[in-house]
Amino acid sequence: MSVTPATTRGRHGSLAWLAVPALVFFVGFAVIPLVGVLALSFTSWDGIGDISVSGFTSWHAVLTDPGLPHALWVTFLVMALSWAVQTPASLLLGVFLAGRQRYRAVLAVLYFVPLLLSSAAIAITYKALLDPNFGLGAGLGIELLAQDWLGEAHLAFGIVIFVVSWQFIPFHSLIYQAGVRQIPRSMYEAAELDGAGRVRRFFSITLPQLKYTIITSSTLMVVGSLTFFDLIFVLTEGGPGDATRVLALDMYKRGFQANLMGPASAIAVILVLVGLALALLLRRLGGRDPSSSQMEGA
Amino acid sequence: MATTLTQQQEQAAAARPRPTTRQGAVGGHRNWLAGVAGWLWLAVVVIPIYWIVITSFKLQSSYYATNPLAPPTEPTLRNYQMVIEADFAQYFINSLIVTLGAVIPAVLMSFMASYAIVRSASSRVLRIVNSLFLMGLAIPLQATIIPIYLIIIRLHLYDSLLGMILPSIAFAIPLSVLVLSNFIRDVPRELFESMRIDGATEWATLWRLAFPLTRPAVVTVAIYNALTIWNGFLLPLILTQSPDKRTLPLALWAFQGQYSVNVPAILASVVLTTLPILILYVVGRRQLLSGLTAGFSR
Repeated sequence: MSVTPATTRGRHGSLAWLAVPALVFFVGFAVIPLVGVLALSFTSWDGIGDISVSGFTSWHAVLTDPGLPHALWVTFLVMALSWAVQTPASLLLGVFLAGRQRYRAVLAVLYFVPLLLSSAAIAITYKALLDPNFGLGAGLGIELLAQDWLGEAHLAFGIVIFVVSWQFIPFHSLIYQAGVRQIPRSMYEAAELDGAGRVRRFFSITLPQLKYTIITSSTLMVVGSLTFFDLIFVLTEGGPGDATRVLALDMYKRGFQANLMGPASAIAVILVLVGLALALLLRRLGGRDPSSSQMEGA
Repeated sequence: MATTLTQQQEQAAAARPRPTTRQGAVGGHRNWLAGVAGWLWLAVVVIPIYWIVITSFKLQSSYYATNPLAPPTEPTLRNYQMVIEADFAQYFINSLIVTLGAVIPAVLMSFMASYAIVRSASSRVLRIVNSLFLMGLAIPLQATIIPIYLIIIRLHLYDSLLGMILPSIAFAIPLSVLVLSNFIRDVPRELFESMRIDGATEWATLWRLAFPLTRPAVVTVAIYNALTIWNGFLLPLILTQSPDKRTLPLALWAFQGQYSVNVPAILASVVLTTLPILILYVVGRRQLLSGLTAGFSR
């Protein structure tokens, strides 16, 4: 603050000091940890005692563990299925919400409520709601609904996809709503005059015009799905068995439950690499803004 | 060119008799698929929320005996009382301190950095800083949590609110800088020029010109970060240990673990922790929703 650059004419380099506070925090708690996690993957540490260099031991342990391909597979399935459920649903809801009818504005108020709840609150709610003894299905006395939803591998996996969709569809339909509203109305009018039907208009106007919106939303979904941690941790803790043990959860369990910080760091590095690879891949497909590729786990 | 096209189409449309059913081509009445999706989603969202709210007013004893979707016959505040007695006021204060303690410095520092980045676009140092922040959008918090844990221990901040605040600030910076610099860029150059001619320092221009003019963006960014941090689960899970340092999401989880069979009490805790955000939603829905999609739908 003592620096008062009055000589701004043409020389703006003196403004750099304004960026210093943000830079210090960002480097200290984001950049250094990112480099640090790579460094820690070559050490062994139990989380409390001393850290000792151990070369490729952690990497060897992780890469030869059958748990890794399994966690990668589960992560991939969660990513693919939650994308396949959320994209059409968000697209349809986005189109629906783009309409200016008043009842839609009223419905919209309710639609976005899941966005306000924390992942922990959502997971806790569904855990109670799906409980085979005390949940909604049991209370209603409908046997079909009173299954052990979280106790059986396939059901639990399906529930994770459902709850993820419940949480994030509102966010993506907001993005699609904004996208649809930007499509010039005249395009629809012209198509209508040419005799194009409703379905035809959707596929030859709405969908192509939403190309960038679809890519943005898909990037957020795909890369964001790598970081689902809170929700799955509270809902299933990766179980039953390891049916829903995604990469982020695998990292947590190795590091903070089994006290193997070295291998956990190796998993974290894999997580970063997979995320970067996906972001670049999606950018190749025609995204315009790679930087908007990732919110933190949220 | 776009305007001439529109005019031509309008003329063409005016020349022909209007079809009677041409209201709302974008998500109009006739798009039954989006309509079905709209009402279906309403049910999917409303039923669990309705169930949470009514159940939270039921006595545990009557909960098992009655239809779970019927409103309580004798509404009770017993569950809420129980939650409040479980120290939720303390957790609420903790969440408030962590959220405000992280959001205010994060937004102010990001604003200063964004100002520098926009105003000295020619400075090579600041261009590197900017791309560093942009890269930061792709760093998932989960992947860096082990080194963050290590750093916080070494700083002797483990199990303190400050320990959660510092990394929260760092991870709020990249998106804040992205959004804020976009908005500062929209401030007309002439305004900066006239401030300079009046002899104002950059520091004064920053706070007296740029800050007030971009206030909506500042509010948006602050809301987005506040919601992310308020609902954050991973940092308190990893960086705290004592019950009196818990923030709300972690407290919810602990409460649920303790009273897992008392469904009404658990749901009361969910309602109570969501209430502050719900009030915010009612007061400033537009701001909140635009905050949620900050930087993504622009």
